[in-house]
Amino acid sequence: MVDHPVAHRHGPVTVPRRVGPAAGLFAVALIPLGFLAVFFAWPVLAILRLGLGAGVLTVLGDADTWRLVAFTLGQAAVSTVLALLAGLPVAFLLARTRLPGLGFVRVAVLVPFVLPTVVVGLAFRVLLPDGGVPAIVLANAFFNVAVVANTVAGLWSHVDRRSEDAARVLGASRSRTFAAVTLPALTPAVGSAAAIVFLFCATSFGVVLVLGGARHRTLETEIYLRTVELFDLPGAAALSLLQIGAVVAALAVGAAVRRRRETALALRGRAESARRPAGAEWAVVALAYGVVVLLLVPVLVLTLRSLSTSDGWSLAGYRALATTGTSGTLAISGVEAAANSLRAATDATVLAMTLGISASVVLVAMSRGRVRRGFVETMDAALMLPLGVSAVTVGFGYLITLDKLPGDLRTAPVLVPLAQALVVTPLVIRMVLPVLRAIDERLRSAAATLGAGPLRVWREVDLPLAGRSVLSAATFGFVVALGEFGATSFLARPDTTTLPVAIGRLISRPGALNNQMAYAACTLLMVVTVLAVVLVDRLRVPGVGEF
Amino acid sequence: MALAVTGLTVHYGAVAAVSDVDIEVADGEVVALLGPSGCGKSTLLRAVAGLERPGAGAVCWDGADLAGLAVHRRGFGLVFQDGQLFPHRDVAGNVEFGLRMAGVDRTARAERVTELLTLLGLDGYQRRRITELSGGEQQRVALARALAPRPRLLLLDEPLSALDRALREQLALDLARVLRVSGSTALVVTHDHDEAFTLADRVALMRAGRIVQTGRPEQVWRAPADQQTAAFLGCTTFLPATVAAGVASCALGPVEVPAPDGPVLLGLRPTALRSDHGGRLRGETLARVHRRDHVRLRVRLAEWPEPVDAVAGIADAPEAGDPVRLCLDPDGVAVLSRP
Amino acid sequence: MTVTRRAALAALVFAAVTGCSVFGGDGGTEPGERTVVLVTHDSFTMKQEVLDEFRASSGIRIDVRKSGDAGSLTNQLVLTKSSPLGDVAFGVDNTFADRALSADVFVPYRSPDADKGPSRYSIDDTDRLTAVDVGDVCVNADSAWFAGRGIPVPASYEDLADPKYKDLLVVQDPATSSPGLAFALGTVAHFGGDGWVNYWGKLLANGVKVTSGWEEAYTQDFSGSSGKGPRPLVVSYASSPAAEVGPDGKPRTSALLSTCFRQVEYAGVLTNAKHPDDARKVVDFLLSQPFQSNVAEQMFVYPAREDVPLPASWQGVAPQPSNPATLPEEVDQAWLITLWRTAMDR
Repeated sequence: MVDHPVAHRHGPVTVPRRVGPAAGLFAVALIPLGFLAVFFAWPVLAILRLGLGAGVLTVLGDADTWRLVAFTLGQAAVSTVLALLAGLPVAFLLARTRLPGLGFVRVAVLVPFVLPTVVVGLAFRVLLPDGGVPAIVLANAFFNVAVVANTVAGLWSHVDRRSEDAARVLGASRSRTFAAVTLPALTPAVGSAAAIVFLFCATSFGVVLVLGGARHRTLETEIYLRTVELFDLPGAAALSLLQIGAVVAALAVGAAVRRRRETALALRGRAESARRPAGAEWAVVALAYGVVVLLLVPVLVLTLRSLSTSDGWSLAGYRALATTGTSGTLAISGVEAAANSLRAATDATVLAMTLGISASVVLVAMSRGRVRRGFVETMDAALMLPLGVSAVTVGFGYLITLDKLPGDLRTAPVLVPLAQALVVTPLVIRMVLPVLRAIDERLRSAAATLGAGPLRVWREVDLPLAGRSVLSAATFGFVVALGEFGATSFLARPDTTTLPVAIGRLISRPGALNNQMAYAACTLLMVVTVLAVVLVDRLRVPGVGEF
Repeated sequence: MALAVTGLTVHYGAVAAVSDVDIEVADGEVVALLGPSGCGKSTLLRAVAGLERPGAGAVCWDGADLAGLAVHRRGFGLVFQDGQLFPHRDVAGNVEFGLRMAGVDRTARAERVTELLTLLGLDGYQRRRITELSGGEQQRVALARALAPRPRLLLLDEPLSALDRALREQLALDLARVLRVSGSTALVVTHDHDEAFTLADRVALMRAGRIVQTGRPEQVWRAPADQQTAAFLGCTTFLPATVAAGVASCALGPVEVPAPDGPVLLGLRPTALRSDHGGRLRGETLARVHRRDHVRLRVRLAEWPEPVDAVAGIADAPEAGDPVRLCLDPDGVAVLSRP
Repeated sequence: MTVTRRAALAALVFAAVTGCSVFGGDGGTEPGERTVVLVTHDSFTMKQEVLDEFRASSGIRIDVRKSGDAGSLTNQLVLTKSSPLGDVAFGVDNTFADRALSADVFVPYRSPDADKGPSRYSIDDTDRLTAVDVGDVCVNADSAWFAGRGIPVPASYEDLADPKYKDLLVVQDPATSSPGLAFALGTVAHFGGDGWVNYWGKLLANGVKVTSGWEEAYTQDFSGSSGKGPRPLVVSYASSPAAEVGPDGKPRTSALLSTCFRQVEYAGVLTNAKHPDDARKVVDFLLSQPFQSNVAEQMFVYPAREDVPLPASWQGVAPQPSNPATLPEEVDQAWLITLWRTAMDR
């Protein structure tokens, strides 16, 4: 045997790793992890530390606290199931059928997400005057159908239809085929969607507040009360710890479900997997259209409100959008607020896509490295945590930490897209990761042996194959950022007010015109959303999304 | 030597998939890595490609160590068992991929694509979608894609195993022709000895992560290194024998073997015993299975305690239970050193 | 459209949208100008002309940073005391003042204009907080509803518990709503530390509806707003009727002036402010004629100064209550909310 330096350097039992620029991977990993550490972990830990003490135990020992936990998780679980039931037919419709009007469906499903929760809460109060748990659950599901439909359709449209055909030939009924072949293939996406929806519902604030009245409270609303109104930081810390614990548990369950399922699939272009529905598929299509119609009901309620006054129908609310409201309720006009919304959402989307895609790339590269499964899953869960921690905890954490960064970011408008990106990034990861993981590693190897470097492999293989998912993640992230209220209302200056914040201001003022203008602004927000989504849909940057 | 692998070891966790392997491929030579599934031959191939980092040992090209050279800079072509064509590109898009990576201009790419598609019998397939191709066509495109940038070494990982038998045999011949015409230096991984012997100038037999024998196909075929290797190469019955003047004497009688005098072990493939009306060996047919161009028999002989395998012509094959006479055919006999 | 043109269009649209994004946008100060950061609550609004006028005359640009409601604002000021978010704060009200004062968030400053009315609402002997405006939370009634049924509009807290007015009142949760908290404090002031819980029991028996926020109660459940809800009585502000004037110039609603609780909003110079001198000038500005004469229409509150007239549209429609309840001594919010929840859980 020839003596060779390599042999000496590594010795006989070195753990093998994929050959690759490990340093480059580490650098890429630093982008999302660094962001997470500075803009999430540090602030949250700082505010929790302020509250830690004997008070925490008192709260944890209180039976009322545990009723709160039970109700929070219970309503989130039911809402998640409902969103899944409503979202899967829509995902089928979007991914697997070739029917006129799908563009409309794609947009209609996204619209709820952009509406301020207060306004949606008010719309549901019109529809279900008694409110209560059914209204909370329905409203939560209303928001989250889009998460399920988008995440699942992203993968579904890429899954090879032939394995289903094979099962059908082998004598399986359509429903049997779905349960035995289709659903297992979709499990990563369904698990991803369920995890996100659960987190959204568990931390749902506006909906619970408006529809729960004074009767129904969740961890999130109590954390808000104790932090913002009562200044009971020990109580808030105790509840936040419970919330984080519950979220981590939910994430662990989600990861366990996904673990066995994330395998390479033979990915196909949508053109091949979509076709005219047949037989019982029409029932699913009908169900999907039914869901879309139901989603549009609250939207319709809002639109009607924008047109009605005590004295009959009027366009006064829309005319008022060009102004700053009755005696200048807003510092800027509704139209300017819409422009602000677009700008902030664009910043947030660009940032979140950068963070989310780099995180996804790192997670995929790391899980190929065979040995670091525990680390991969921890990082995956850590990236999801921002969805499960109360916005007010993060916000108050910023107050006591970010002044230590150069430029005192605490009240800087730049914090708006940063805070929005914190929410959008997990969505991007959950939408892109399943598709990236489904790409056969050997395709990348083939490209590499043909002379493509790591970046080129990403551009030539991953990006085109995950193109549809990347694109819908961008669209979806944009819509989420466009509708973001909590962080923005906290951080936006009067002259950088966004539409949702303006709506919140208008709705909290007496006077018919303000009210009408608020609903007109909602309509404007929806129109802006639709235009943005349609535009992104049209763009289809070359090489991306054509697959 | 173009490729020289020395002392290569690759671990998966605590398991050594490849242990201390030495192998060389000369310029223009086709070497087959032959072995059962799980013997580590694909891992060895991946390590040569740079897709797997060795725990020890070296992969060298023309004397230069490739350890620091990333996959995409090695200039090696790789063909997978199931093609792994880029589903989002058409045939031409796949074939020209490596040329594009190398910065070859559009016209030159188109020319090369046409040239390769012609070589592989896929004229005019440029704009076809990948999903419209049959398995055999996909595999040809994969081969064209790997050949297009004129790799200094072609790595083929079970290139034919995903295909059906007739197609496999046809494509094996095509592949042999293409490798010869293109003058490729190639390392082929396969578990099929027919495939290995069709394609390769030299065969390396691998078992449990180690190379147990290397040699020209007929060498390996006639003289496997040990009993396990012989079994892998189709020998089903083993008999001790003594060679004297080119004739081995064993329990079933004498047979001509190209071996020096002394004690040996004979490995009998089913074709070593043929049904023959004038055959010296008498036995009873236990079972018969119809094969494509012959009938496989299971026979109990008086001369040997274990049932043996034998072949018969389709027309005159005995039924189960019939008496049968067999003769020894030197072509089906492998010679091993007596352990 | 060709692929390249499409890509160019994409780039163009992208640039247009992001071109003047919030990244890096920071108002912009004229040369020689100073900036004072005013930390306030979400409800702060003031005409740009008024702010511009002050900027021109004083050379101070006021950078307004809004931070949630009054409670949120107060807590943020306490948390950031050592490194304050700005120089001056406006919007801490009498319900939360104690929290801010005991944390020493503000430094003493007495504005020359304090004697022109604001000192009436003084809450602190050392002049750390200066009253800027007052808002009264009262039950509002839909006048037409009562007129149409020939029932007299209720006048007192006691009337609200009268079976004659069963199922007519909607209030807000004191835990989640600022007017809700004010109304609950009003009942504490009126019925005393023992009687108020009992009173809420009666309200409950009389069919009171509780919402989390003012928005649901006022815009949806109240019959006097554009939402045309089913209930003619709602907890809102004494100033709200000014916003519900019909085309004939007559108010559709009225405030029940004996059910009012007064919220006083204060301003003060923050401890550790970077520009304390300019911050004091901003406090003066908040008490100045131009600012005070606009608070009514801009923020639906009454000016703290005495020499500032109410806008014409408010005359008669939204008179300032003469004898509202004020903060009962030693009311702890956690105590109030716990007891209130117990009363309402029955």
